[in-house]
Amino acid sequence: MIELIQQPWAWYVSGAAIAAIMFLLLFFGGSFGFSSNLRTICAACGAGNKTDFFKFDWKAQLWNLVFLLGAIIGGFIASQYLSTDAPVQISNNTINDLSKLGFAAPTGLQPTELFSWEALFTIKGFSILAIGGLLIGFGTRYAGGCTSGHAISGLSNLQWPSLIAVIGFFIGGLIMTFLIFPLIF
Amino acid sequence: MKLIKFLIAGILFGVIMTKSEAISWYRIQEMFRFQAFQMYGIIGTAVVFGIAGVAIIKKLKLKDVYGNTIKINPKEKSIIRYLIGGIIFGLGWALTGACPGPIVVNIGYGFVAMTAVFVFAIIGTYLYGVVKDKLPH
Repeated sequence: MIELIQQPWAWYVSGAAIAAIMFLLLFFGGSFGFSSNLRTICAACGAGNKTDFFKFDWKAQLWNLVFLLGAIIGGFIASQYLSTDAPVQISNNTINDLSKLGFAAPTGLQPTELFSWEALFTIKGFSILAIGGLLIGFGTRYAGGCTSGHAISGLSNLQWPSLIAVIGFFIGGLIMTFLIFPLIF
Repeated sequence: MKLIKFLIAGILFGVIMTKSEAISWYRIQEMFRFQAFQMYGIIGTAVVFGIAGVAIIKKLKLKDVYGNTIKINPKEKSIIRYLIGGIIFGLGWALTGACPGPIVVNIGYGFVAMTAVFVFAIIGTYLYGVVKDKLPH
């Protein structure tokens, strides 16, 4: 059993499990929308004193921060007990494309070119992570949600705004991958 | 006790995101290059189950643990904010290979560098809150 869990899960198992998390949160009286936490953290840090957007009862969102804390613990448990260190089995086409940009074939879950300590302490490496973070934080709030809130919850509820947002996610992702990556890597 | 259940849900979410490999930058690159079905299968399956489940919840007027009827709050009607906001987020998603959930799961996994992404995502949200009224919505 444990060996089965340690393998990467099939897409249909993963997809069904993610839907189950959404329903679990709904039955617990919450909802599945992760990026709201970023706004809650701003409010908890006192941003509401200066900006109305952060002036709300953030303590009512404490459940979502606890969910976030759980997600960190879940990542830790998965890395310590439920994983092999086998490289991610991405397609050969992707490996070839990425090698042209200077990325070695996967040796684990994440590229050391971006997420190692060495990369973090270079100006380029730090800038990539910082700019990426800014775009994520700004964009998700502007769009009113991220992958969980729009692509999963919103589409499940057949909301048009969420479909527009998801199309936006892909336009942005394709611009970055095909137009900007060749310039920066 | 009220919050413990959310901690458990979060732990399950972290494990699922890791085991699905949806937290991997490589998988996100593979998705945006349309070179594998994996990510589309994951999101597609979640949405198919989601649509069916939400329909059942609405039909049977199911209640949550506190006895309130479950509803997903509809988003306000607009195009511009979802499209532009979505594009900005998409740029960051492809660059870091992580959306907000996977950012923190990665931190737990041991990719400490993701903490930088997380901190700057908070700053990004703060900046949005500051300039919000000047943006088209």
